[in-house]
Amino acid sequence: MTLLSIDWFFIIEKVLLISVVLVLSLVVAMYSTWGERKVAAWIQDRLGPNRAGPMGLLQPLADGGKLFFKEEIIPTNSSRFLFILGPSIAMMVACMTSAVIPWGDSLVIAGRTISLQIADVNIGILFIFGVVSMGVYGIMIGGWASNNKFSLLASIRAASQIISYELPMGLALIALLMLTGSLSLKDIVEQQRHGLWNVVYQPLGFFIFLVCAFAECNRAPFDLPEAENELNGGYHLEYSSMKLGFFLFAEYINMFISSALISTMYFGGYAFPYMDKLGLDGNLLTILGFLALFIKTLGFIFFFMWVRWTVPRFRYDQLMRLGWKIMIPLALANMLITGALILARQH
Amino acid sequence: MVLSVIALVSALGVVLSKNPVTSVLCLIVTFFTIAGHYIMLNAQFLAVVHIIVYAGAIMVLFLYVMMLMNLNAELEPQKRNWLKYAGAISGGALLVVLVAALRDASMPALSTQATEIGLIQNLGQLLFKQYVVPFEVSSILFLSAMVGAVVIGKKD
Repeated sequence: MTLLSIDWFFIIEKVLLISVVLVLSLVVAMYSTWGERKVAAWIQDRLGPNRAGPMGLLQPLADGGKLFFKEEIIPTNSSRFLFILGPSIAMMVACMTSAVIPWGDSLVIAGRTISLQIADVNIGILFIFGVVSMGVYGIMIGGWASNNKFSLLASIRAASQIISYELPMGLALIALLMLTGSLSLKDIVEQQRHGLWNVVYQPLGFFIFLVCAFAECNRAPFDLPEAENELNGGYHLEYSSMKLGFFLFAEYINMFISSALISTMYFGGYAFPYMDKLGLDGNLLTILGFLALFIKTLGFIFFFMWVRWTVPRFRYDQLMRLGWKIMIPLALANMLITGALILARQH
Repeated sequence: MVLSVIALVSALGVVLSKNPVTSVLCLIVTFFTIAGHYIMLNAQFLAVVHIIVYAGAIMVLFLYVMMLMNLNAELEPQKRNWLKYAGAISGGALLVVLVAALRDASMPALSTQATEIGLIQNLGQLLFKQYVVPFEVSSILFLSAMVGAVVIGKKD
């Protein structure tokens, strides 16, 4: 009876955790759209959405409802399967990354220790990197299947942009990995819990990673794939109703996940200062740690929005020059300096 | 088992599909199933690197070129007959050689558990201690290929 020997509690626990994380990222993404408008309004000295519900808080629901009920149009000369596949991939890939982020330490409920991380694989960072490199397929397939020249141009822009900025991102991560000596995100957080945050050791690496995260999420000032004044709207030009919603939503989920990732890798994750000196109970500490991570993440999301409404969009050649001629040499130099310092400290 | 079936079907799809873009997408699926095999052999690092490098970078460039060229079945030039025969003969010859080579090869069954060699720590130790010379030589080879590509690209 092998069936009975499966640890059912383990499976239930993981399913519950996955659902909670998924719902959480969807809700955060939903309210990021509201937050984005409020931040934009605040920066531009306007009021922002304030009709639906108190402070416009029901606005995302109204938008979602509108998207669902809109007419669905599939262009006649597009390949139907790929046209639907594009936004599906974008959405799926955006949701997958949350699996390896440690959302908190472990909780003890009824004698069971439950880790607030879905999968503590020992290649955590590489997993994220692999999933992120998949993200471009959603845009590329969607853009090509639309059978529209503007969409195609946008998806080609997206592909070259994402490939170009993956390189300095990887190089910045290598420097971080040399420092921590582990690819598991949980280990990285635990090290920061007992020492200083990684941003102290890796300020340049953090900066490079941040810029590349903007580029990978297609956020302003790197939102060339959806530059509406050149491309009539970008890779999602032909999309309508919820398929368009998926593309837009995937962008906000990506933003949430990359903010969580930046806080985990460079800003201590669920660790906060004097965490172990408070003498609090383990469960309470875990919850406080989760809140700390959440506040850090929201801070980065706010930063993403702040930059979007402050910095104008790059021109395409400027984008490429920044990626290949500034970011990569900087990241290489950062890697060499880190390596030399580590070597010098060992001797 | 299921993974192998998907791998074979999608590999056939690469060859048989009329549309080049569908071919490339089938190839991506094939790469994913191969990565799945790696994971089942407990070689997580190899699997993820396989996805990052092949599916994430190389295939994106493939797709990029295919989309730009916008090939389709009607535009493809009609191949000459002797070209088809030559292709069939050389493919058959390759098959014969492969069969002859594989006939005598002994294949010990791989144990699917308890091989720790694919984990990143052991792999790194091995690469930088035992196989450091071949590793460096192959990286120089890549460097020369990159320089070559730049030189060819600069000409016009």
